[in-house]
Amino acid sequence: MPMTSTTSPPPTSPSRSGGLAQRLLGTKVADVLAGPHDVDHYLELLRPDWAVRRIRGEIVQVEHQNDDSLTITLRPTGTWPGFEAGQHVEISVDVDGVRHRRSYSPSASAHPRTRTIELTIRRHPEGVVSRYLKEHARVGMFVGLSTPRGEDFVLPDPRPRRIVLISGGSGITPVLSMLRTLTDECHDGEISFLHYARSPKDLLYADELERIATAHPNVAVLPVYTREDAATGDPRSVLTGRFGVEHLRHVLPVDEDAAAFVCGPGALVEAVRTLWAEEELRTPLRFEHFAPPVLPDLDPDQLGDVTFAGSDITAAADGSTLLEQAEAAGLSPKNGCRMGICLTCKCTLNSGVVRDTLSGEIGGVPGEEIRICVSAPVGDVSVDL
Amino acid sequence: MSTPTATPPANAFDDDDFKAVPKSDRPLSPKAPDRESRPAGHSRATASTDVAVAEPGSDTSRTPGPLHAVPHMSQDMLDAFGREMEAIRKKHMDDRGERDATYIRSIIKAQRRLEVGGRALLEFAWVPPFWVAGVAALSASKILDNMEIGHNVMHGQYDWMQDDELNGRTFEWDTACPADQWRHSHNYMHHTHTNIVGKDRDIGYGILRMSEDQPWEPYFLGNLGYVSALALLFEYGVAVHDLETEELRTGTWNLRERLPMLKAIYDKVKGQAAKDYVLFPLLAGPGAPATLSANVTANIIRNLWTFSIIFCGHFPDGVEEFTEEETADETRGGWYVRQLLGSANLTGGKLFHIMSGNLSFQIEHHLFPDVPAHRYAEISVDVKEACERYGLDYHAGPLPYQLFTVFRKIAKLSVPSAPELQDYLDRPSSSRVGKVAGRLVGGATGVVRGAGGVAKGVVGTVPGVRRATAA
Repeated sequence: MPMTSTTSPPPTSPSRSGGLAQRLLGTKVADVLAGPHDVDHYLELLRPDWAVRRIRGEIVQVEHQNDDSLTITLRPTGTWPGFEAGQHVEISVDVDGVRHRRSYSPSASAHPRTRTIELTIRRHPEGVVSRYLKEHARVGMFVGLSTPRGEDFVLPDPRPRRIVLISGGSGITPVLSMLRTLTDECHDGEISFLHYARSPKDLLYADELERIATAHPNVAVLPVYTREDAATGDPRSVLTGRFGVEHLRHVLPVDEDAAAFVCGPGALVEAVRTLWAEEELRTPLRFEHFAPPVLPDLDPDQLGDVTFAGSDITAAADGSTLLEQAEAAGLSPKNGCRMGICLTCKCTLNSGVVRDTLSGEIGGVPGEEIRICVSAPVGDVSVDL
Repeated sequence: MSTPTATPPANAFDDDDFKAVPKSDRPLSPKAPDRESRPAGHSRATASTDVAVAEPGSDTSRTPGPLHAVPHMSQDMLDAFGREMEAIRKKHMDDRGERDATYIRSIIKAQRRLEVGGRALLEFAWVPPFWVAGVAALSASKILDNMEIGHNVMHGQYDWMQDDELNGRTFEWDTACPADQWRHSHNYMHHTHTNIVGKDRDIGYGILRMSEDQPWEPYFLGNLGYVSALALLFEYGVAVHDLETEELRTGTWNLRERLPMLKAIYDKVKGQAAKDYVLFPLLAGPGAPATLSANVTANIIRNLWTFSIIFCGHFPDGVEEFTEEETADETRGGWYVRQLLGSANLTGGKLFHIMSGNLSFQIEHHLFPDVPAHRYAEISVDVKEACERYGLDYHAGPLPYQLFTVFRKIAKLSVPSAPELQDYLDRPSSSRVGKVAGRLVGGATGVVRGAGGVAKGVVGTVPGVRRATAA
């Protein structure tokens, strides 16, 4: 929900054309008429910009910030409930037939009058979704959207007097959203925006930050370039090097009625948290970091522990299938053919990888549904049983 | 009947395709049901058996194989065939991608267009051309929804796309049958136990006598009547299928146990009926009766069509049935051969295959139930080629003829042969009324059988042979 909505109503009702029609489509009668599918199943074909339950976003603007980064602006369906600055949203994109889901933090203001969602995506060399979007994102394309997520990394209400926003690289997006939201709210407390980039060329939203700093005297924008030779040329670059106590003193001279946020690579977040603990600061620090999960190289014969997460049971793997292991552990998972045909035993793989006992192939990503009757664990594995 | 002619020619193993098969001296799947309990003599002793299989006259080819239908197939040959099928499966599973996604999404789009268009036309069903066009569009939409989309999605053929709408475990379809019950009765019961009499409940759907191995009783005199009703009301037949109501006849059916399933069926049927038979007709105002009649017609057309395709999958002449005994120690290779021999394809054009949900490739579907079905046409080329090498029958025929043989079989099996009648009368469990009816029928039997044109000498002998095998 939008956090300050005293003047305008929360944008939960369809705000664009077809308000009444969409409302009719959201009724129980429409559900029965569309059954056993839902109304959205048909709208996707007829009016993809309409929805009654699902959330979709149409790309209305594509901007390439630099060689690696892309900013897309989405116009969401009327089902989008709005978000709070700092939250993230999962977008789903089909690449080579497979639907991939990735979380990004909107970077635009969360003020209710903002009707669009702005996402900045950094291309990762191995990233299926980021590479696809960098190359193929076009105006008019639709992507799936989740409801906004993340309850902790948001601005407290009421707003503290002093707000410190620290970010690194593409971690700028949620804190930029906070900054833009605060300025839209005409927040008059002091805001320090400390951002780490490798060089001025890598600095995202350079113009926008400049504009905000100029227009709002209470906002201090402090870009820091971590590459040693890069600091020259930006008059605002008063700080250099990596995050340390000197940087902290600069942005948080008084440890009182303040709130701090950090988002960025793991190392930055760790450095900030460590210093916070060492200095015993009272200002609450909220943090978030995006790190792609690292898959360990595993010997295919390696046996680890099998965790049946739903039952809170962990057992040492013995090389048999997950179904057999679950049964040996006293569980009775639903199953049928026990030979990989009927899919009755499918359940969610929480973590780890498995070997297909029929083909010998190793695979599995967290969240995937696997046939446990023909899957043997490789290394440590957790399944939702 | 398959011709137990030759073991595969030796040069078959020089084939490039075959080399792609990972060779191993272990059975195909160590986790195949009951594989471990097989007598040691049946398992492959060394890797060199591959070659031994290929030599006509080697020991393995003289011992009859485990399946009565293909005595020339030794256990090793069954497993070798299974490995070839696994290689075909792998080839297509690894290749899944954009092409499959584009295909199923275009089918879904076509189905939605037909449905929305058909429903719109049928709001004016009182105009005769609209009635006809609307019924055509709505029937086609329901057929696509049930077969190419619903049936195939529920087999998990598109699970890899990670699209919640195409998830085989949650998909719901536009018929009276709750999808969850279908997943049990079809994906598990039927696809695992295909054509094993006594285990595959699709043999006769619990109400028909479809196999000589089902003992005759007077109830089956109504075979033709039951099948006609089933064809017209097929969606409801499928809906109650998982209830195992045949147990009503033996008095073992437990209502209390089945209540949750009945509730699910009730809810599904209620929704379907409310939509097709109440809401859409009401929306047509004074044209309601015309819309109602059109919706009923569309559902019946869909029922007749799906019934025809499905019954031609396993019951035409030549398709094999199996006993529980011969499949008790089955390996995955044996499973593949049973799927092949227990299924029959339908020949036809591209549109016919799409409208049958590619179940016209019933053989390929049973071999590879989770491979996207639009690939079955190209897969069939490889399967046929392998069948020729292994001397395995590949059943296929046009829909009208296959359907004719199915109905001929249903008519034939409604009346007992002389030994079957005797067997029935000797059974201690047979009721007295039944016995009287049975004796009355006895006289008429010969006449009907003769009229059916099936007294080819097979009738008397085959059941006997089967029972001997089973014993």
